[in-house]
Amino acid sequence: MAAADVAPLPNGSEGTRTRWKYLDRILDRPGPFTDPDSFAPGNHETLEIAKVLHSGAGGLGCEILKNLALSGFKDIHVIDMDTIDVSNLNRQFLFRAADVGKYKAEVAAAFVEKRVKGVSITPYCGKIQDKDEAYYKQFALIVCGLDSIEARRWINSMLVGMVDGNDPDSMKPLIDGGTEGFKGQAKVIFPTMTSCIECQLDMHAPRAAVPLCTLATIPRQPQHCIEWAHIIAWEEERKEITLDTDDPEHITWLFQKALKRAEEFNIPGVTYSMTQGVVKNIIPAIASTNAIVAASCCNEAFKILTNANPFLGFPGTDGYMMYTGDESVYTYTFEYEKKEDCPVCGEDALARPLQIDPEATLQEFVDSLAERPEAQLKTPSIRTTEKSLYIQSAADYERMTRPNLEKKMKDLTAEGEEMLISDKAFPMMFKFSVVWKK
Amino acid sequence: MADIPPPLQGPTAKEKKYDRQLRLWGATGQIALENSHILLINSGPGVVGLETLKNLVLPGAGTFTIQDSAVVDEADLGVNFFLEEKHLGGFRAEHTCVLLKELNPDVQGHSISEPVESWLTQPDALKPYSLIIVTAPIQPDLLAKLAAHADQALVPLFYIHSVGFYSHFSIHLPPAFPIVDTHPSPETTTDLRLLKPWPELIAYAEEKTKGIESMAADDHGHIPYVAILLHYLQVWKKEHNGEVPNNYKDKTAFRHLVTAATRTDTPEGGEENFEEAVSAVLKSLNAPEPSSTVKEIFKVPECVIIRDNSPPFWVIAHAIGLFYTKYGVLPVPGAVPDMKARSADYIQLQNVYKSKARKDLAEVLESVRFLERNANMSTHIEEKDVEAFCKNAAHIKLVRGRPFHVVPAEGDLKFGANAKSLAPGSSDADFDSDTEKMTSTALKLVDSLVKEASYTIDEDEYDTIRAQIAELAQELVRAGGGELHNIAALTGGMVSQEVIKVITEQYVPVDNTCVFDGVRSKSSVFRV
Repeated sequence: MAAADVAPLPNGSEGTRTRWKYLDRILDRPGPFTDPDSFAPGNHETLEIAKVLHSGAGGLGCEILKNLALSGFKDIHVIDMDTIDVSNLNRQFLFRAADVGKYKAEVAAAFVEKRVKGVSITPYCGKIQDKDEAYYKQFALIVCGLDSIEARRWINSMLVGMVDGNDPDSMKPLIDGGTEGFKGQAKVIFPTMTSCIECQLDMHAPRAAVPLCTLATIPRQPQHCIEWAHIIAWEEERKEITLDTDDPEHITWLFQKALKRAEEFNIPGVTYSMTQGVVKNIIPAIASTNAIVAASCCNEAFKILTNANPFLGFPGTDGYMMYTGDESVYTYTFEYEKKEDCPVCGEDALARPLQIDPEATLQEFVDSLAERPEAQLKTPSIRTTEKSLYIQSAADYERMTRPNLEKKMKDLTAEGEEMLISDKAFPMMFKFSVVWKK
Repeated sequence: MADIPPPLQGPTAKEKKYDRQLRLWGATGQIALENSHILLINSGPGVVGLETLKNLVLPGAGTFTIQDSAVVDEADLGVNFFLEEKHLGGFRAEHTCVLLKELNPDVQGHSISEPVESWLTQPDALKPYSLIIVTAPIQPDLLAKLAAHADQALVPLFYIHSVGFYSHFSIHLPPAFPIVDTHPSPETTTDLRLLKPWPELIAYAEEKTKGIESMAADDHGHIPYVAILLHYLQVWKKEHNGEVPNNYKDKTAFRHLVTAATRTDTPEGGEENFEEAVSAVLKSLNAPEPSSTVKEIFKVPECVIIRDNSPPFWVIAHAIGLFYTKYGVLPVPGAVPDMKARSADYIQLQNVYKSKARKDLAEVLESVRFLERNANMSTHIEEKDVEAFCKNAAHIKLVRGRPFHVVPAEGDLKFGANAKSLAPGSSDADFDSDTEKMTSTALKLVDSLVKEASYTIDEDEYDTIRAQIAELAQELVRAGGGELHNIAALTGGMVSQEVIKVITEQYVPVDNTCVFDGVRSKSSVFRV
């Protein structure tokens, strides 16, 4: 047992760690579940010198910054490219009405730095993609509170790619959280050792898009009318203006269009709020759920770096916690198996089988890649071992390969052939083998 | 008309700010939240209670009051986000209140720094509050006093305790806490009544499937699947003595019948509407029988006997119970899922369901009015409340709140009012003896529980339990009554979700105790 170094003095000007009295009990005393080989009682340095990165200063991000600072971390970095919107204020508690329009990362960092003495928070107002391996390498771990699956996949593949078998320090644990309404999840990934975001991609399947012909000819739901205004009417009537979903005039225009179309078809239920929800793909979010998921992420970060208790994600143990609060409280903690043919962390040589309709055109196949749970690629470039089918990464290639879009898949490739797909959103290649859909 | 520029029907400033939550609990939930006055009785390191309040101030809970007699010390600054260095030596209630109020200018906040023992002796001290949150440690007699108030005033009471990597909370709800708007998952709410169709629905199906064999391809590919299933149910019944497919085997056979009727000479090699019909067979061809939980609600005393002061829930439930007794089904909810169909055919189908739902509602409403007259009620229940009830009748819930079992102070582990210094494990010197004391107290509790339940426990199981309890006790004592910010924040998130569910009377709250284990990242819910 470490001696108490926190003898209370009367006037509030005590020793440097007096304020960490509660935290230090945990750091100074081993518990029944701590691993004696990895836990050193009385070690306060690890937390003080560890550099941690947090990406996303939104709903989860505000909570995560607060939690990291009050977990004893001293050197925190935060990345976020967004500015503050009025609809953030119901949960992003580091922002005030006067901050609307300012960069989230900057305001959040300054707030927490001021509130929690002794912590340094370095903001970067930009994209995670602006940063390279050397940047990510400086951190002990990375916590993510991102709102897009693309960003998660990007950082995941960056961290997996950084792992060098000869350098244990090159493996950076990734802790990721997400919420929707009263539900949320927190997970820990040890790149290359445990299943990665890409392995788990089918858990983040996008909602199936409504077929274009339904929107164009037989709408039935208010959402169909809104999508029609969004995808078809805008293109036809206001092509010269770039749609800005944050511009109330634009949303109002879409709403009016959708409303008029709904009236033509006797469809009830189009509202301004629904228009906004559909066009911006709004996911309901509340402070409570952010608090649960963010704290779970930070609890794991704290345990990983201090070894104060076992953490999620140790290979062969649970790495994923799902929280559901709609009906009573239910948590499910489990291990997600690593996929051997994962394009990011799996064996290089393995190609995953991909079912393709031989009668579909290449255009239809390209469109389907955005929705297929195992791919989710919006701007794919496709090659087979024989030829380039469609390349959209460069304008010249795009023009040259465009005529292929009308051809049928059976005329472009063959069963069993290997297909390489890349996407500018991701730094890696996806390797598939063609399987004809019966 | 078309020449007049459309007015800007944008949302109000409040709707903009609360957009992401209004999509969950709507305007009525928000009003309930804004009308609430939440009391937090804070103690110990005081983090979990404030983290709970934070998540209630942000979405706009009307008013909060913090009762806390603690004086801010250095240790507070390392664990509590709503205190700053300059507050050292001041009252914690006062300063945390100010910093919490900053989060939302729409929310009122008050603080009380008088010690809870004396404050509670004032008559009507608890009267202004619509919900009370109390954090441990608190003297058992004070907790008993709060529980008695909750019982008598029907005010929801929350008790929270967060220590180290563990936390727990219990909810004391009124003895009858019914919920209409439970927000069931959308997959469970489709109720098409295909096995009990009414004449208008049968007529619709006949109209849409007339000459189905010789129908033009485009028409055939756009028959709504509801009509397809009803049509082939008629075909099936003719071949099966008027019986519908009742069991899994029959349903599988029926599915083959529908699959076989799909045209394959189309450009796609199949038909989307028939695919929808086939995949709906197993889940849609069920007798529309209400769940046993719903049927139980019709039988409870509050529902059976309607008095002049019966809350609207029971009056409507009684009326729906009458409807069920008469027809053997609940009112038609009226919603139709999206399906491949032409716009006009789909809207027509929607209207078939909507008219039936309106007809059923009218009947329920008539019973409600009859009950109101019979019981001499002075006020009328609003029609929209009856409508909302009819729509969700299959998913209503009744939670029976239960008072806390407050254990009187005795034995080795006393928690004083100022438990900061008295909590087990507070000092390193007493660490081992505190662990021993706590373990033995916990084991005594286990023994008495085993005895109370007349449970026979075998030696191995008993040894395992003893070993686990010793470990849990040691982990608890390790924290010395201190909070870890992460666990307090996580628990504050959980409790605030529950508070919102209770205040808005939406979703389903925990009944009645929840424990979180931050070592293994797991939770459990118990009814105690």
